Amino acid sequence: MKTWLLILVLAAGTVLMKTLGPVLAGGRQPPAALTRVVALVAPAVISALIVAGTFTHGQELVIDARAAGLAAGAIALWFRAPPVVAMLIAVIVCALLRLAT
Amino acid sequence: MSFGLLAAPLLGALPSVLMSAVVWSGTAQFAALSILTSGGGTALAAGAGLLANTRFLPMGFAIAPSMTGGPLRRLLTGALLADASFVIGHRGGGRFDISAIAWAAPLQYLPWIGGTVVGVVGANAIGDPARWGLDVLFPVFYLSLLLPDLFPERFQGGSRRARRGADSQSGRGSSAPQNLRPIIVALLAAAITLALTPVAPPGVPVLVAAAAALIGLRAPRQSGTRGSAGDEA
Repeated sequence: MKTWLLILVLAAGTVLMKTLGPVLAGGRQPPAALTRVVALVAPAVISALIVAGTFTHGQELVIDARAAGLAAGAIALWFRAPPVVAMLIAVIVCALLRLAT
Repeated sequence: MSFGLLAAPLLGALPSVLMSAVVWSGTAQFAALSILTSGGGTALAAGAGLLANTRFLPMGFAIAPSMTGGPLRRLLTGALLADASFVIGHRGGGRFDISAIAWAAPLQYLPWIGGTVVGVVGANAIGDPARWGLDVLFPVFYLSLLLPDLFPERFQGGSRRARRGADSQSGRGSSAPQNLRPIIVALLAAAITLALTPVAPPGVPVLVAAAAALIGLRAPRQSGTRGSAGDEA
């Protein structure tokens, strides 16, 4: 019972947070300051997601094979490798390093 | 998949799959699960899950100006929002391709549910996907979408609109990015995430890091003699 309640609350809350912005502010021309902030939300969130997905494990900060994989992928991307190639390189580096340790 | 593996023993098979189906947010589900695993109550677990998902608030407001149609249509599209769709739909300069966000949704949704089912069924037969380095896929993928925003000169796409006006005035050849702000914001957000991870529950660091975008409240400083007039339009 408690499990179902948890699922319900999480589902409702998630949908609410996803839709509040679109419903309240959709299709309108926002003020210039807001536009500048909004333009920067994506770089901020994406950067945070990269860091969270690479250097954290639960609440711990870690530097492991993922960091090496990301570095390899970053180098590939910098030299304009297609994203798929960069991802493949990153996975291979990451897996090899884990195999070796 | 890893969610199914972890959740099945604790929640049961059906609730685990259903949770993936209706909540559809790995961060929230893992956050709630980790609270339950460490002996926290249902309310705490729900709180952690919701807190982890508050990052969708600024993301929702970010995509809102790019949306068209009535409130109902926006509501339905907004419900499709996910981390990866946000990144995929992002077109630089605060614009979002809403249709990209919409089509990206089923591409993520189905594997997510499928993965949970496989995880639940396969329980311990399947090893940890992390062993194969698959967990590095997302960061690299995200990076591929972040770089054009930080270095529009080097990577095509990104804020084409802003660049076009600047190029016609200053001429080509300036390899230094003219707009340092996205880089500053990205670095700031990364630093915030690192700093908060040990002290804040999962999901919260990313939310707070989104606040780095608030430096956009300040009008851009005019670095050259002629500023990019397009920014103010």
